[in-house]
Amino acid sequence: MDPLAVFRSSRKRSEAANRRPEMRDHEKDLRSFHLRLGVSATTVLAVFLLLALRFSYLQVIRHEYYHTLAENNRVTIVPIVPNRGLILDRNATVLAHNYAAYTLEIFPNKVRDLDATIDALARVVEIAPRDRKRFRKLLEESKDLTSVPIRARLSDEEVARFAANKFRFPAVEIRARLFRHYPNGELASHVIGYIGRVTEADLDRLETQGQSANYTGTDFIGKTGLESHYELELHGRTGFDEVETDAGGHAIRTLRSQLPASGNNLRLSLDARLQEVAERAFGEHRGALIAIDPATGGVLALVSKPGFDPNLFVDGIDPANWELLNTSLDRPLNNRALQGMYPPGSTFKPFMALAALELEKRSPQYAISDPGFFVLAGSGHHYRDWKVGGHGSVDMHRAIVISCDTYFYGLALDVGIDNIHRFISQFGFGKRTGVDIDGEAGGLLPSPEWKRRRYKQKWFAGDTVSVGIGQGYNLSTPLQLAQATAVLANGGTAFRPHIVREIQNSQTSATRAVEQQPINNLNLKAENVQLVRQAMVDVTRPGGTAGAAGAGAPYAFAGKTGTAQVVAIKQTEKYDERKVAERHRDHALFISYAPADKPTIALAILVENGGHGGATAAPIARKVFDFYLLGKVPEVKPADDGDGEESD
Amino acid sequence: MISRTLTYLGRHLDGFLLALIAVLLAAGLLVLYSATGESLPRLFSQLANITVAMVVLWCAANTPPHYLMRLALPTYVLGLLLLVCVALFGEVSNGARRWLHLGVTRIQPSELMKVGVPLALAWYFDRYETALRFSHFAVAGLLLGAPVLLVAKQPDLGTALLIAAAGFYVIFLAGLSWRVLVVLAGAGLAAMPLLWGVMHDYQRRRILTLLDPSQDPLGAGYHTIQATIAVGSGGAFGKGWLHGTQAHLDFLPERSTDFIFAVFSEEFGLLGNLILLVLFLMVIGRGLFITFNAPTLFTRLLAGTLSLTFFTYVFVNMGMVSGILPVVGVPLPMISYGGTALVSVLFGLGILMSIHSHKRLVKS
Repeated sequence: MDPLAVFRSSRKRSEAANRRPEMRDHEKDLRSFHLRLGVSATTVLAVFLLLALRFSYLQVIRHEYYHTLAENNRVTIVPIVPNRGLILDRNATVLAHNYAAYTLEIFPNKVRDLDATIDALARVVEIAPRDRKRFRKLLEESKDLTSVPIRARLSDEEVARFAANKFRFPAVEIRARLFRHYPNGELASHVIGYIGRVTEADLDRLETQGQSANYTGTDFIGKTGLESHYELELHGRTGFDEVETDAGGHAIRTLRSQLPASGNNLRLSLDARLQEVAERAFGEHRGALIAIDPATGGVLALVSKPGFDPNLFVDGIDPANWELLNTSLDRPLNNRALQGMYPPGSTFKPFMALAALELEKRSPQYAISDPGFFVLAGSGHHYRDWKVGGHGSVDMHRAIVISCDTYFYGLALDVGIDNIHRFISQFGFGKRTGVDIDGEAGGLLPSPEWKRRRYKQKWFAGDTVSVGIGQGYNLSTPLQLAQATAVLANGGTAFRPHIVREIQNSQTSATRAVEQQPINNLNLKAENVQLVRQAMVDVTRPGGTAGAAGAGAPYAFAGKTGTAQVVAIKQTEKYDERKVAERHRDHALFISYAPADKPTIALAILVENGGHGGATAAPIARKVFDFYLLGKVPEVKPADDGDGEESD
Repeated sequence: MISRTLTYLGRHLDGFLLALIAVLLAAGLLVLYSATGESLPRLFSQLANITVAMVVLWCAANTPPHYLMRLALPTYVLGLLLLVCVALFGEVSNGARRWLHLGVTRIQPSELMKVGVPLALAWYFDRYETALRFSHFAVAGLLLGAPVLLVAKQPDLGTALLIAAAGFYVIFLAGLSWRVLVVLAGAGLAAMPLLWGVMHDYQRRRILTLLDPSQDPLGAGYHTIQATIAVGSGGAFGKGWLHGTQAHLDFLPERSTDFIFAVFSEEFGLLGNLILLVLFLMVIGRGLFITFNAPTLFTRLLAGTLSLTFFTYVFVNMGMVSGILPVVGVPLPMISYGGTALVSVLFGLGILMSIHSHKRLVKS
């Protein structure tokens, strides 16, 4: 066909005729277009030829090979799930391991009447209604044609009984499977966490992590705690058998296989014995305790009471227990150490004191005369001290030892909220510490900027006054308090707290240390730190707010008590502990480290509704120190509210 | 009377293309019946899809090209806005942000751009036909780049590449100088490692899998291994309709949609494959013939890119099934089960018919 014929019919004809140079352009353009069309057509032909060659190669030359494969295809890939890595404490005590147990599994695609089969099975081995419910659920979830477990953990007797009746159940088989076990039950349950069945949401996440192939065949995945945070370390690499099967799906022989690689082991900095002592020291109290090695940031103990038995979750928690754990007023699934946010109360004071000293807003000698309240100039508002009538003459040392509120009200105003925010945040308040368990809360270190954003209000001087004694908008997690205490204990170096000390490769046994580099150095003046630390030592001596807890200790330790209000008290009302319902009592707080001169352990303790820090929280610290420093195991007796000197 | 009505209804349809479409759709239904395990409901559902798609084809064939030209810019702008909306408030599904919720229904704007981009580019070149300079090609590159990047970010690399291909065809046919093409090809090769760097892990694995599927038999390799076995075991003449073991023993994944060609290959063998290739080649050939005769730059570019895009779908799908291209979710035109893809394919063929028939009208 003449390309120009098309051209002449185009709407551009008249224009082109009028302007000759353009017309030549058009002819050229059209020729160029047709050339390009020719190139395209050639490419199409070439590519189709390539496809035809590929088909010929596969379907003629390699036909025999693929024919055999398809005939025996019957080649199925059977994933081999790797052993999950172990979790061990610092002394190699096992906190999580696996054991093999027999499960009874049904191949649903080979069964005509599932219910009849299960009924018949129930006459051989015990099958509870709960097992049936779980089986139905798993059956719906299973996409492929693999077997679905109907009973887990058969006893030897049940295995024997089923084996004798096996001929009646062609579509039911006994399988040896690995189960996760937490030998210490509730111990450190909030640290270890638990595993559970892989859900749709887990699969989506694995897909984005590029892990879905590796999880073929994996039924369980870490849900909380270390089990979740270190999931990819613990899981290991899935192996596979390439198995040739006959038309009925029975394996004939293995063509090729790749062994799985077990997951890596986690070696914790946590000390299981210390953890046990700490958990027991809480008695019936709810609360949290975190002990940190100030030299490394390694977590020695992390308690959140009440705990739970992670073994309940291992092969699917039953609805009754789940209901119990979730509706309990004590909220045992809540990790108070990381997720609970409480006003730090008077435990905030040492950091406030350090702020004033470092910023040179207060000299150590400066003393006030405490009438028992602080009046904010210009407002007439009275801020009360915990002690009616006041403490008399109070300098900085004494203000910490007796926890004088009046002193710190004024100090906070002198330092100013911007300085407070800037200085105190260096200790880790108001932001996540980055510990290696997920779900940590960030706490709150207020600033005028924050208040503007949150409440669209300006910052008042009164807000600063409350911040000075750790009340007001202040919120911190027990972990943040422990972190700040560790920084104070080592003289100003911040480490990221971490529970896992090293990861052991299951194949090579080589260990890889988890980072223990300091993340921040506060560059504090030695004499300022010394003053605050000396005052904190005197807190645990006679006359201090934790004097009772320190009585008779063969080592010196430093501490600071605190109380976090649960219910606000009116200006005129006197707080009476006995009148307040148990759940409305104040939370008791205590931060501490020991030994005072060369600290090897720093901790923060929160006792929910424990009343005074000196009375309920400090004795727990004493028991932990006695064990950690002296190896003294406290007698088994629930901690009662000892009668320490009542304070703040 | 009836014949007059039929003649009237069919006056913009292209008999040759229509016959090819009918044969391909019939072949598709045959394979679908086998692939779904002889499921009649699925067959009827696909028949419903075909009915809808045929109506769309008729409408497209009866829309004169200059109406399409008027729609080009609005379609493009709307598509781009929707893509931005997806990036900002899209719904995440399977780790990718592709869908946009519109109250009752949700849409995937990247589908719209498969038509929107070539339309807009063809319109753009037509508008500046008399004085095409390099700067116009640069602008066209931007018009193409924006939606491609947005779709690639979702991430939906497969669709992004298809849109990029459609846009590239327009730019190529519009006469981008060979020198620039060579430079672009060089730059493209040089950018490969860069692209590798920004790819997601699963995308990289799909490409590595292509090189050696046995490396990853549990994951991405599985599709490729099983599809290749299906094709290879089909042999010269196939195992016969309804007799493909790969398909019927559940070894083939997605066997009624993206991997339906594996079922076809297994049951009809090399002979069937070659016939299918020829049928597709005839569709593409007819498209290029229509392109050759198209009256204006706009229709030439549009017809050319539609034909070549159709070719791309066929190639990418068949290449993926036979193990020479990585696994990307591209259906085989007119054979794979599914409504959306069928509608967009027949819409494209309808436009080709419109270009051809309206040219005849212009001539007479």
